[in-house]
Amino acid sequence: MSDETSVKAPETGSGSGAPSGQSGESRPSGGYQGNRPAGGPRPAGGGPGGRGKFFRRKKVCKFCTEKIDAIPYRDVRLLQGFVAERGKIVPRRLTGVCTTHQRRLTRAIKQARNIALLPFAARH
Amino acid sequence: MDRLYEVMFIVRPDVVDEELDKLVAGFEGTVTSGGGVIKQTEKLGRRKLAYTVRKFNDGNYILLTIEANGAVVAELERRLRVTEPVIKFITVRMDEEEKRLAKIRAHRNAHQKRSAQPVAHAPAAPVAEPVPVASVAAEEPAEATA
Repeated sequence: MSDETSVKAPETGSGSGAPSGQSGESRPSGGYQGNRPAGGPRPAGGGPGGRGKFFRRKKVCKFCTEKIDAIPYRDVRLLQGFVAERGKIVPRRLTGVCTTHQRRLTRAIKQARNIALLPFAARH
Repeated sequence: MDRLYEVMFIVRPDVVDEELDKLVAGFEGTVTSGGGVIKQTEKLGRRKLAYTVRKFNDGNYILLTIEANGAVVAELERRLRVTEPVIKFITVRMDEEEKRLAKIRAHRNAHQKRSAQPVAHAPAAPVAEPVPVASVAAEEPAEATA
């Protein structure tokens, strides 16, 4: 716990001072280590849109924090939260889900699509 | 080698309840006669489909949890495919997942014991006493439910 705060403090300092290119450069390392607390704020700050440069929300993996071990394909309510309006799987950089859980989530969503619990593409 | 599978299938909505029961009983029969074990049969009821399947927009979802070998599953899938009222099915292997979950649960239980140790130390520190006790009390019900 004390680690998190000590890591976060210099991180926010450098993030505000450094150009966006630098934060983009170090993003892969943050993403690689899953929901490492320092990895969370980076994508939000150096995101592709570039909007809200100083708005940084710490994103954490829902499944890690709530200790949801299993991601069953039957739980439509749960999966729906990670599917966009049109039925697309929402990328990790937007939801903050860690690599491991995104992989499981993806599998569950694809299984749910197969049995018509989730749409492949929402009709319009 | 027997493994744990979940077989979920959708029966067309215009099938009456008795027929549905007969259908499910038939599939259970194929599993048991092949040497498999039915762990659970669950009727998830009628649900709207996320997309149109064979011109149907809703269907009766049925979930079978079985323990069987590959031959039984193959036979069951063949039957599901040829049974006309069944419009969709999916078979998911669950035993690896169960194993993983059991491992996580075991790890979590082991971890809990270690985290309980600082609680024993906490009363020794007079200043920090009220805070750890409160946080531990808040943590414990959450962990019990998890």
